[in-house]
Amino acid sequence: MSDITTNTTTAGEGEAGFGDYVALMKPRVMSLVVFTALVGLLVAPGGIDPMIGFTAILFIAIGAGASGALNMWYDADIDAVMKRTAKRPVPAGKVLPGEALSLGMWLSAISVAMLALATNLVAAGLLAFTIFFYAVIYTMWLKRLTPQNIVIGGAAGAFPPMIGWAAVTGGVSIEAVLMFGLIFMWTPPHFWALALFMKGDYHKAKVPMLTVTHGRPETRRHILVYTVLLVPVALGVGFTSIGGPVYMATALVLNAIFLKGAWDIWKRNEEDAEADGYAVEKRVFRFSLYYLFLHFGALLAQAALAAYGIGGW
Amino acid sequence: MAITQTHELHKRRLGRNIGVALCLVAFIGIVFGLTIAKIRQGSTMEAFDHTPRVSVTPPVEVTE
Repeated sequence: MSDITTNTTTAGEGEAGFGDYVALMKPRVMSLVVFTALVGLLVAPGGIDPMIGFTAILFIAIGAGASGALNMWYDADIDAVMKRTAKRPVPAGKVLPGEALSLGMWLSAISVAMLALATNLVAAGLLAFTIFFYAVIYTMWLKRLTPQNIVIGGAAGAFPPMIGWAAVTGGVSIEAVLMFGLIFMWTPPHFWALALFMKGDYHKAKVPMLTVTHGRPETRRHILVYTVLLVPVALGVGFTSIGGPVYMATALVLNAIFLKGAWDIWKRNEEDAEADGYAVEKRVFRFSLYYLFLHFGALLAQAALAAYGIGGW
Repeated sequence: MAITQTHELHKRRLGRNIGVALCLVAFIGIVFGLTIAKIRQGSTMEAFDHTPRVSVTPPVEVTE
């Protein structure tokens, strides 16, 4: 009789569906990676064979997914505590931690090797560094150590357009660095706006978010400072070879709105925010998503127009 | 007696197996497509093969 009991109680463990493995790769983060890497690849001078370009984007995305799986393996204890992440495959018990680690490691190796074969060693090296940076430097080391974790983690998310650029050109230039800078500087205000209205979660998980360690007024000040620092980077892209009037006009409007939003967040106190259910913080967070999407969309539009001999400087 | 009942677990396993199979087929397709793309844009495909051949040896100036 104990046989039957044993079989029924362990039947579901480690028997994940295919979708659970896909969820392990953070598909929503991957979509942002695909978009920014694609823009980096398309605006780079020289052009690339469509099949090679497709392969490059695919393996950049898989590399990002691999680092997501490694992150979920290591952070399962934190994820289980936070409401937002409790249903992720590892804390939910659908995927075993060892499986997540193994998937992350294998996909990392495959994506870097395939990117090297499809494009060049610079792009593959950058992808390998990105995975290492996100999984080891951010996830294992600094996330639980410093309230600047978001700033550091943002660097990992900022690499894809640079990798896309390197896949075509075989190197890194000022344009690639500024595209990196755009995402890098955008990440802190974006996440801190979220942290302001997602109260409690990080506190429970003992993750040193700025809102927990330095308080909410300080977080509001940080949002404003980082947004002010973001503006010259965003406008700076417009003065390079990939910029032009379309990008510049878009960037001017978007940065003015984002600055106004950051100013509004800074001017508010907790009582005002509580009173209207964090309406301004939520509005700025939503806008920040459009902000990044439209900047890279404008770069793409600029490149498309340049192909017809119009638009560039 | 044959086991005929399909448990939810079997469905999950089937889904996973089909998913992995499709990934492998896609991977083969990508490697094949990549190979074709590389060959199409490839530069010199002929290289030194221990035997001097006219096509790979440097041209010699003809002097009268």
